Amino acid sequence: MRATTGGGTTQGTLGRVRTVADLDTLKGQGLRSLHPPVPKISVGMATCGLATGSGDVFEGFRREVEARGLDVVVARTACIGFCQVEPVVAVELPGKGAVLLKDVKPLDVRDILEKIRGGDLPTDGALCTLDGCAPIEGVPSYPDVGFYGKQVKIALRNCGFIDPESLPEYVAAGGYYALQRTLTSLRPGDVISAVKRSGLRGRGGAGFPTGPKWEAAAAEAHEEKFVVCNADEGDPGAYMDRSILEGDPHAVLEGMMIGAYAVGANQGCIYVRDEYPEAIRRFERAVADALAAGLLGRDIFGSGFDFGIRLVRGGGAFVCGEETALIESVEGLPGEPRQRPPFPAQQGLWGRPTVINNVETWANIPQILEHGPDWFSQKGSATCKGTKVFSLVGKVANTGLIEVPMGLTLREIIFDIGGGVPRGKRFKAIQTGGPSGGCLPENLLDLRVDYDELTSAGTIMGSGGMIVMDEDTCMVDVARYFLEFLKEESCGKCTPCREGIGHMLAILNDICEGRGTELELHLLEQTAQAVKDFSLCGLGQTAPNPVLSTLRYFPEEYESHIRDRKCPAGVCKQLIGFGIDPSLCNGCGLCLKVCPAGAVAGELKKTHSIDEGKCIKCSACYEVCKPGAVRRA
Amino acid sequence: MDISTERVDEILQRHDFDESSLIAVLQEIQAEAGYLPMHALARLTERLEGVSPARVRALSTFYRSFSLVPTGRHRLAVCMGTACHIRGGRQVLEKLERELGIAAGGTTPDRSFSLETVRCLGCCSLAPVLRVGEQVHGRLDQQKAARVLRRYR
Repeated sequence: MRATTGGGTTQGTLGRVRTVADLDTLKGQGLRSLHPPVPKISVGMATCGLATGSGDVFEGFRREVEARGLDVVVARTACIGFCQVEPVVAVELPGKGAVLLKDVKPLDVRDILEKIRGGDLPTDGALCTLDGCAPIEGVPSYPDVGFYGKQVKIALRNCGFIDPESLPEYVAAGGYYALQRTLTSLRPGDVISAVKRSGLRGRGGAGFPTGPKWEAAAAEAHEEKFVVCNADEGDPGAYMDRSILEGDPHAVLEGMMIGAYAVGANQGCIYVRDEYPEAIRRFERAVADALAAGLLGRDIFGSGFDFGIRLVRGGGAFVCGEETALIESVEGLPGEPRQRPPFPAQQGLWGRPTVINNVETWANIPQILEHGPDWFSQKGSATCKGTKVFSLVGKVANTGLIEVPMGLTLREIIFDIGGGVPRGKRFKAIQTGGPSGGCLPENLLDLRVDYDELTSAGTIMGSGGMIVMDEDTCMVDVARYFLEFLKEESCGKCTPCREGIGHMLAILNDICEGRGTELELHLLEQTAQAVKDFSLCGLGQTAPNPVLSTLRYFPEEYESHIRDRKCPAGVCKQLIGFGIDPSLCNGCGLCLKVCPAGAVAGELKKTHSIDEGKCIKCSACYEVCKPGAVRRA
Repeated sequence: MDISTERVDEILQRHDFDESSLIAVLQEIQAEAGYLPMHALARLTERLEGVSPARVRALSTFYRSFSLVPTGRHRLAVCMGTACHIRGGRQVLEKLERELGIAAGGTTPDRSFSLETVRCLGCCSLAPVLRVGEQVHGRLDQQKAARVLRRYR
C-alpha cells in the first residue's frame, strides 16, 4: 500500500541544505513524489476546489485505494486555474503521461480507479492531456484547450502541478536554485540590474517599476531594512494572490529572499488577508519547512546571508492594501495611510527602509533570476514586460485564473480564453482594477491589456480582477456598488475621501431609486474630480474611477434612470416591475412555489401571473423560471 | 462562549506583551470567545503598558473581522465581491435575511446563526458564494442558499 498524502511526508530525511548537491538530492526526492513509479492521482485542493467538494473526492480516492490495497499514490495539489470545472483531478500513469479530469465527483472515484487498474488513462470527463502524453482520441492536449491555449505561465507555473506543501516538489520544479546562485555568485547590485532590465513592474495595482524601487531602498544607508509581501488582496473579484500562496508558497518566499539580499534586508514580513485561512496555513507550512531545511534563518547556503520572516494576518480592512496603511497595521495600529514622501523605500516599517511588493511580483522574481531578464522582457508589450495573472470571472463561460502575456486584447481574453458570455446573453462591459478601476464597453474590446493602455481608457490594471458583465448588469448599479464598498472602507483620515465618497454615493442612490436629476449628475462629476485630486492615498484618488468610467462609456444608462425612471438591465428595484410573459410560460408552477410573498397566482400547466402589489422584487421567480417567462423591466 | 482573564494573559504572554502584536492578540481572543468581550479588552490595557483603552477600542472597531457582540454558533458570511454582486449575491443575502428573520449584521435570538457580509472571499469563479464557519459554498442561487442553511439547522 502506497497511498500517501503527497510528497511532503517524505521530507525531513535530509538535513540542512547548504550546497547545490544538497538541492539536487532534494530535487531527486521531489521528482520521485511528482512522478512516482506507480499511478498517481492529484486532486486540486485550493479554496475554490474545496468549495466544490474536492475534499470529498480526495477522501474518496484515499479510502478506496486503501480499502482495495491498490498501489496508487493519492496526492494533493492546488488550483490549475480552470475553476469553472472544479473539482479537477490529474491522473498520471508511469510511462503513459497524464490527463486532467474535470467536474470529478466522489461517485466517479471507482470508475477512475477501475480504468487505472486496467492500465489505461481515464478519458471520461477528460479536460485534456498534459505534456508527455501520447495523443488520445477525443481528448485535446493542454495547449489545444481554449482556456489554456493563449496562456503563458510564469507566476502560476507550479500552481496545480506540484503539492504546495512539499518543499522537495518545489525544488524538483527548479525552486531555490535561483536563490542559491544569487547568494553565492551575484552581488546585490547585479540582482537589482537584472530586475531593472527585466522591466518588471509591480503587480499589485499601480505598476511601479520593481527594479528602481529596490534600488532606492538599497541606496539607503541603514543597518536594518525590511522586505514586505503585500498579500492583502482586497479588490473584490480578484484572487490571484490567494491562488499563488495556496499553490506555490515557496516561490513567494524565495522571491522575497532574493529581494532582501538585493536591498540589504534581513527581515521580512508577509501581510495576508484574514479571509484567506488556507493561504495562511500553507505559507506557514512553507516557512516551517524552509526553516527546517536551513533555507531560512542563519547563513543560508553558507553565504553569510541571514533571513527571518513574520506572518501578519490582516484584520479585514480594504485600505490596508495601500502600502503605508499596511505598515501602520503591521505596527499594530489602525490602518490609516501616511503621507508620502517619505516613501517606504526610505522610511517604511518602524521607520526603516522597506521594499513592499505584492505576491505576484515576488513570485516572478526567482524566474527572472533563473532564466535571465531578457527571457522575461521578451514577453509582453512595449512598455509592460512579462505576463499578468487575471481572475476572469462574472458573466463569462470559463471562469478561472489565467496568466497571459501583457498586450493581449480584451477580446482574446474574454472570448478565446473565457469562451464569451454564457446563455446567449450580450456582452456589455468588462470591469478591471477593482474599486479603483473602471468599466470598458464593447467597442474597446480590441484594447491591448497593459498598464498604460488601460489607464488611457479610464480604468487601471489593478491587481488583476476582470469581471465580465452582460446585458443583465446595470452600470449605474455597478458604480453605486463600488461607492458603497469604498464608503465603508474609507479609513476616514482625509476629508475629500471620507466626505466626498459619501456625497457621490447619495447621488447614485438617488439615481438608482428614481429620484435623480440632471443637476445631480453634474454635481456627481464635480465631486468625483475633487475626490480624485485631493485625497491622501490611492484609495480616494482612484475612488471616482467606477463613476467616471461608467459616465463616460454608458451615459445612456444614467439617462434612462434619470429621465425615464427606468433601469434597462432590470436591476434597480425601485425602477422595475415583475411580470410573466404568457407566450413563454409553461405553467410549471415553480415560481409560485418559491415566491415568499404569495404574489404569484396560477394553476399547473396554465399561465401564471404576478400581483405587483404583493411582489417584493426578490427575483426568486426570475431565478427559477426555466423558459425565461419571468420578465424584469 | 467567553474567555477567562488567565487565557487573555496567556495569549499576551505568547506574544511577549508586544504591543505591535495587538491585532494578532485580538484575533486570538475573538477566535476563542467568538467576539471581543469588554472584560478581555480591559485586561489588555491593564497588562500592556502605554496601550490606552482608546487604542484597543480603535483597533477593535476599525477592523471588520472583529465583533464587539457575541456571534452565533454558525457564522454565515455572504460574499459581496463584484462577481458575487453581479451574479445575485444580494438576492442570496436577502433570502437568508428572510429565512433567518434577521438583517445582515444580526444574530438569531437563540444564538444559533449570525449573518454577516464579507468583502470578497476570493472564490469569484464560483460566485455567488457563502461561507459557513470555514466551509465555502459556491454556485448558489436563492434556493440553493436556503438548502445550505437547512443543513446547519
